[in-house]
Parts: sequence; C-alpha cells; structure tokens
Amino acid sequence: MLITRRAEFCASHVCRQPARTDQENAAIYGAEANPRGHGHNFVLEVTLEGEPDPATGMVYDLKRLKEILRQEIIDVFDHRFLNVEVPPFDKVVPTPENMAIEIWRRLEGWFPEPQARLYAVRLADAEDHWVEYRGGSL
Amino acid sequence: MIRLTRRYRFSASHRLHSPALSGRDNAELYGRCNNPHGHGHSYVLDVSLSGPVDESTGRVADLAALDRLVETRILSRLGHRDLAAEAPDIAGSIPTSENLAAGIRASLQAHWHESFPGREPRLDRVRLYETPRNVFDELVLR
Repeated sequence: MLITRRAEFCASHVCRQPARTDQENAAIYGAEANPRGHGHNFVLEVTLEGEPDPATGMVYDLKRLKEILRQEIIDVFDHRFLNVEVPPFDKVVPTPENMAIEIWRRLEGWFPEPQARLYAVRLADAEDHWVEYRGGSL
Repeated sequence: MIRLTRRYRFSASHRLHSPALSGRDNAELYGRCNNPHGHGHSYVLDVSLSGPVDESTGRVADLAALDRLVETRILSRLGHRDLAAEAPDIAGSIPTSENLAAGIRASLQAHWHESFPGREPRLDRVRLYETPRNVFDELVLR
C-alpha cells in the first residue's frame, strides 16, 4: 500500500551555471535563470510503501512523517534562498530535479524496511510543472 | 531517473456521434454529448517524460523544446477548434477523449525525436482531463 503526506514550503532560488554566460543560462533555464533569484510556493508529496501493521492498522504513523518532513525539509528549506543558504545548492543547480533528489537523500535513511520504504518524492514548483523521483540511478 | 510532468490547457468543441449507429442509438449511447450543435470542454493535458538528469544542467529535458513541440503540434491545432471537423487527424472521426488522448500521444511521438536534438527524454504518459472528473491516461509502454 502507498501512503502520501503533503507539505509546503516557500523558498527562492536561481537556476544558472556560473561557468556559462547569461545568454546560455537563459536559453537553458528561461526566466528561472534571473540572477537575482525568484521564489516559489513549493508543494512536496512524499509517498511511503508498506503493509499496514496488524496491530495499529497503519503503514506508518503520519504524525511522525509530518515531524520528519518538518525537521529534514521544512526547517531547512522554508523561507531560504537555496543557492546561498542551503547546501548542496551552493554548488549544485537547484532545479526541481536536483531538489527532489536532495529531498530523497535527506529522507531515505528515516524509513528502513520492513515497516515502510520511501517510495516517491514529488515536487511541484508551479501548478503546471512537477517532477517525481523514486530513487535509484539518476 | 526522474519523471517530469508539464501541464497544458486548451479549449475545444466536439460532438460524439457514430455514423455506424442510428440517430436514436447515438442519442442513447452518448447522451448529452450527442447534441447536434456540439459542446466544448476546457481540457487539461499533462505530458509526462522521464530520463536521467543531465549533470551540468540539473534538468531531465529541455522544457522550452517540450513547450514548442506541444504548442506546435497540439495546442495550436486543437485550441478553440471543432475537433472532429478541424483536427480529425488527432481527434479521430469520433472525438471521444479516448481517441483524443491516443491521437495526442501519437502526434507527440511522431515528432518527439526531432524535437530533442540533444538529450532525448522518454515520453511516458499523456493524461487528458476532459473535465476535472473525467480523466484519460494514454500510457507509453516500455
């Protein structure tokens, strides 16, 4: 069974590679490359996979998942300029893809099988654009 | 491997009517969708693609290229059109959302390779919302 918890955070970022020119960055990232940065209301959905515990009837305690998301993600990302304040985005371009991978890395260790396994991280930076990462090779 | 989904919108009109059936059978089968004057929807189209993340750009695909492809082949062809009369090559002669979703997938696939001259992501799924309650998935099987 899959269970999903949703969380939101607001953060600013800029998608550009320092080694490239403004023109090249604009061609790759569009308006996301504006050097002064911009913000999004990011929506994060974290999905766990597991079987309900016969004693509790739950795959995982969602209150606990909420607390893990607060500690690992919200407290770290919310109201921050990612490129400046949140490693590894001082070195890695904070595209939604790379953000989803970093969120996966931060969460993965919290869910050792057999109880529940981290199944998917889904991150939307706008209503018409989102990415999903299910672990494994990049 | 990352999957990316991009959402697009277009409005179009259609009428569901099969020439193989009588007028009465059409009315019974398609109900209000058989109204001879047609009707329209504000369609929502989700295009999902996947691939490895490019190490230098941090992106799975060139989004501007995807936008151009969808705009050229789908949105400009279907937007504010009568689907069966003006876009039968995509929507089919009976423009149900099943036929429309399959036609959109086929049209995207036909022009996919040339649209991504560098890194070519994989087209995974076309999801068409005819209304918020009626959803049609056309999966591209591996």
